[in-house]
Amino acid sequence: MTESAKNAPSNGRTFGSLVYDPKVRSIFFQIFTAAVFIILVWMISNNVATNLARSNTASGFGFLSSRAGFDIGDSLIPYTADSTYGRAIFVGFLNTLLIAFVGIITATIIGFVVGIGRLSHNWLIAKICTVYVEIFRNIPPLLVIFFLYAGVLRALPNVRDSLEIPGVHIFLNNRGLVFPKPIWGTGAEFVALALVLAIVATIVIAKWATKRQMATGQQFPTFKAGLALIIGLPLLVFAILGAPLSFDVPQAGRFNLTGGATVLPEFFALYVALSLYTGSFIAEIIRAGIRGVPKGQTEAATALGIQPATTTRLVVVPQAMRIIIPPLTSQYLNLTKNSSLGIAIGFPDLVATGGTTLNQTGQAVEVVAIWMVVYLSISIASSMFMNWFNAKMALVER
Amino acid sequence: MSTHSPAFVRDQMIVASPPPTNDTSTAAWIRKNLFASPKDTILSLVGLALLFMIIPGALNWLFVQASWVGSDRSVCATIAQGGAQPDGWTGACWAFVGDRFQQFIFGRYPLEERWRPLLVGIMLIALLIPILIPKAPRKGLNALLLFVVFPIVAFFLLSGNYFGLAHVETPLWGGLMVTLILSFVGIAVSLPLGIVLALGRRSHMPVVRMLCIGFIEIIRGVPLITVLFMANVMLPLFLPTGWTIDNFFRALVGVALFASAYMAEVIRGGLQAIPKGQSEGADSLGLSYWQKIWLVVMPQAIKLVIPGIVNTFIGLFKDTSLVSIIGMFDLLGIVQLNFRDPSWITPVTPITGLIFAGFIFWIFCFGMSRYSGFMERHLDTGHKR
Repeated sequence: MTESAKNAPSNGRTFGSLVYDPKVRSIFFQIFTAAVFIILVWMISNNVATNLARSNTASGFGFLSSRAGFDIGDSLIPYTADSTYGRAIFVGFLNTLLIAFVGIITATIIGFVVGIGRLSHNWLIAKICTVYVEIFRNIPPLLVIFFLYAGVLRALPNVRDSLEIPGVHIFLNNRGLVFPKPIWGTGAEFVALALVLAIVATIVIAKWATKRQMATGQQFPTFKAGLALIIGLPLLVFAILGAPLSFDVPQAGRFNLTGGATVLPEFFALYVALSLYTGSFIAEIIRAGIRGVPKGQTEAATALGIQPATTTRLVVVPQAMRIIIPPLTSQYLNLTKNSSLGIAIGFPDLVATGGTTLNQTGQAVEVVAIWMVVYLSISIASSMFMNWFNAKMALVER
Repeated sequence: MSTHSPAFVRDQMIVASPPPTNDTSTAAWIRKNLFASPKDTILSLVGLALLFMIIPGALNWLFVQASWVGSDRSVCATIAQGGAQPDGWTGACWAFVGDRFQQFIFGRYPLEERWRPLLVGIMLIALLIPILIPKAPRKGLNALLLFVVFPIVAFFLLSGNYFGLAHVETPLWGGLMVTLILSFVGIAVSLPLGIVLALGRRSHMPVVRMLCIGFIEIIRGVPLITVLFMANVMLPLFLPTGWTIDNFFRALVGVALFASAYMAEVIRGGLQAIPKGQSEGADSLGLSYWQKIWLVVMPQAIKLVIPGIVNTFIGLFKDTSLVSIIGMFDLLGIVQLNFRDPSWITPVTPITGLIFAGFIFWIFCFGMSRYSGFMERHLDTGHKR
């Protein structure tokens, strides 16, 4: 350092001043890093090309349109072994979305209940919730899945001795949960339309009510009105159309149950395990969020004479949400990613159907690329949504 | 000006409330904590009912009815299933865990060579305990031994082939041993790599920054199982023809890279929390970049994010169980392998085996999280509000 300081003022740029110039250094390092990276990529792609050529694997996504030839147990869209690989992977993708969607809803409910339970003044409830959280946070999700799948569901009776909830034709056995399948008659789409209409109307009413309250101070029972609309309007349409709904009721035959819809044990085990596992993490987030709201806020609300329930709704929850939302997003993403563990018990999600495709065709690079693109899109889409939501909820500072 | 006071203002003092009773009896504690209000009472009763439904049955199944000793499935199967237990019996099959305990710990490591992993385990404990006790002296030497010397010694001891030790191939490794090796290497690699990635992400050089962001976000965006699949099927493709790479090593690479991306984000959180004045102060003292990072910024940043680092370690430890999906026999994998063994196949062995594996995982993770809480309090030198 001292050497270069002595040299620097002499005549423009000496070698020392060049070496110690941060700009020169930075450019040199970047060129060096980029060169190493490019050489590495070039070497790898070269190796991949050689290896693929040696094993006679054609690269490209052409394999997606050839016949898959394997069956998938759980499918939301029509699929047979004659369908294409592309369709098989799409079936897996839909299953991933389905398990993520239902899992997120259940995990959030569990998380909220347990998180609030841990803050309860009731010693017993707080302790039960703590034990739940400490158990599930500290064991691998894969183990929870196996436990439910191999341990609990396999211990259920076989089809002939199914557990039955009498009257509603719901059967539980080691092949899954069988329940009456709703069959929509003609005009059922109007019921769905009514539901959409009711939701839109509720949003409009909520906006109008907020505006009016801001202007005049008058309150409007938005929640009750919205609830009445969302439940009432579809029901009304349903009744007017003459109840276009019948059920395909499962019948207990001699050896098997016929009819009805079935939730396979793989789906059920994965769904419950992910909900319980992620629920324990969400519970911790909720607890931290609520405890993160300073006590002075509640005390100030009490001093103003606001009722405890209203304090929670208008003072504590909005502030806690700011702390809760970012980690909650990452838990939702974790649940989505953990749904790939379904492969261990044979639930056909994206990774499982992709894995079968990979094994059958040997198109490793392409299948991995599909996985990456799909998961990255899911995570980017949800983080964009959450950033928007977060910005909406964030504290507006002066 | 009116002196008239509004109606809602009191004109006389209210009678003082009696002081709160200082009742410390058990009955008062129960009343206060369990039956304070009708809502509380209902909740407590529901909770009690839940406990009564679960606990006696679970204890009965786990301990009272359990079958403790035996060398094959007959002790855990009913007569109808071809065993010795009366029909209708159900209980934990601890005999299975006892019989296969050595396998659960060492996998299929050759019997006469098991002193080697045992020795490695003892060395690990001997080096780990002093580094975990804050007051123990010579932390630097200890860390050097643990993170540099120990892995080398452990590798040669476990793998053999040198110094007259028989070669034990990695497919024979298994059980808790593999889980611990994967976690240890994951931890030892992910911390330094995570620090480098975090620094790269905050670097002013666009090329370095973009590369680090790309790596971190891609790895964090996909599930570990795809990273493991990638390491399993793509790593051989990446290497020049003729090179082969051990399955175990592939899994190690996958786990370590995955953990380092998460570690990088945790450390970046710590770096962001350090005020700019700290690094400007270091600059003004004439410290070089690495001196500044090593002596000023990093010690403060790491201290702030210890809980996050330990959470990443816990996540890594739990995630090692995923290698059972790509055909390796870690603790979970070996337990599964064993309860499918015909000589132990009964309806109760899977549950018992999984409870055992879960208990082992739980002890490690719970221990780590407790230790992190302790360190947090120990290192809390009053900077936090």
